[in-house]
Amino acid sequence: MSPGLWQYMIEGLVVTLQLTIFGALLGLVFAFAAGLARLSKHKILRAMGFLYTEIFRGMSALIVLFWLIFVIPRFGYQLAPLFAGVLALALNIGAYGAEVVRGAVRAIPQSQLEAATALNFTPWQRTRKVVLPQAIVAMIPAFSNNLIELLKASALVSIVYLSDLTFGAQLVRASTQNTAGVFGGLLVAYGVIALIFTVLMRFLERRAAASLGRTVPPGMIARIFRKEASA
Amino acid sequence: MSTWDWDVFWGSIPDLLAGLVVALQATVLGYLIALVLGLVFALLRRSKSLWISVPAAVVIEFIRSTPLLVQLFFLFYVLPTVGISFSTLFTAAIGLGVHYATYVSEVYRSGIDGVPAGQWEAARALNLPARRTWTSVILPQALPRAMPALANYVIAMFKDTPVLVAITVVEMLTVALSIGSETFLYAEPITMAGILYLVTALVMSWFARIFERRFGQVRAA
Repeated sequence: MSPGLWQYMIEGLVVTLQLTIFGALLGLVFAFAAGLARLSKHKILRAMGFLYTEIFRGMSALIVLFWLIFVIPRFGYQLAPLFAGVLALALNIGAYGAEVVRGAVRAIPQSQLEAATALNFTPWQRTRKVVLPQAIVAMIPAFSNNLIELLKASALVSIVYLSDLTFGAQLVRASTQNTAGVFGGLLVAYGVIALIFTVLMRFLERRAAASLGRTVPPGMIARIFRKEASA
Repeated sequence: MSTWDWDVFWGSIPDLLAGLVVALQATVLGYLIALVLGLVFALLRRSKSLWISVPAAVVIEFIRSTPLLVQLFFLFYVLPTVGISFSTLFTAAIGLGVHYATYVSEVYRSGIDGVPAGQWEAARALNLPARRTWTSVILPQALPRAMPALANYVIAMFKDTPVLVAITVVEMLTVALSIGSETFLYAEPITMAGILYLVTALVMSWFARIFERRFGQVRAA
């Protein structure tokens, strides 16, 4: 493979990482907004949270992406392609994340809320000092799964000709005709990126659990090594 | 802003419905593959031999963490070069089936883990051979436990069918884009396709809930 072709792949990798990281950050905002809205006392906020999660979980990210690219311009707005990609991915993953947020907050024992009320905490203090620190730790494992889903979904942007890693690979395939090698390598590349994200999130999970004085049981890799050591 | 063409919007329905049928065919075929292969994956991953369980785990995690789109490209472009050729619909079903088998295998695994330990011990005490233990004791209890989550993956798989546009399967998104290229109006057919996807997914999840209530419990023998 010539240096020029590697250039496509490197540039594609940068776009894929941008999509994943920006998509995750924006998706986190949507997830918290919608998840907390669904737990709100206000009926309208709850309804908005419900509509958002049902619509975007029921719709494939690819359809949302096409919609942003073909329908929004008809109303006089043109989104930058990378932004359209990030927004489509974030809307999709945010709807799944909202359920994670909702579940984690609801899992906080009622007695803790009562204790906070007994200590005369304001609702905001209660959320900030009692609920969120514990809920966020509980959210991290589910969020790491969501992050991998987001990474995988980012490949969809290649269908609308955004030059991500998958798109770069298609160009390389077209010019080298080495189909099995290029797509096989591309799969391995996504696998490696996913593994790196998993390890980072696992590290975050441990740190967050430690901050609450808990420990996380060892994962698959650690268990394999332990078994061989004891055998 | 150009005016919204309601004729194209409503007129796209018959063609899109034909695409919906293809999307459902891919879903059903793919799901059958996922159900069978998923059980194989789950059993391999539970194997007591590390030589079987570790490679199985690596393969499952690899398939799970790489994009369906790239896996479809791989099948679509590589299979013909090694002399294997299927219809695009069947290639799509294999891609969806293998991808979702990795999710489904986790569902089976948690269903199997949910069977109380006493049941294993009882099977052992009765001196049942391994095959009998699985077919008569464990699976009849594990599968109902797995039902609700299994039903959810049919819906998830259906929602992934728009990806098949990339390997030229004529499902709804493909139809919407071809209507767009004929009429030069993309927004209308794509919006209608989105509505049809959403409605179908909601109907499917409604059926899944009924199915779950009907078959989701472990029945006493």
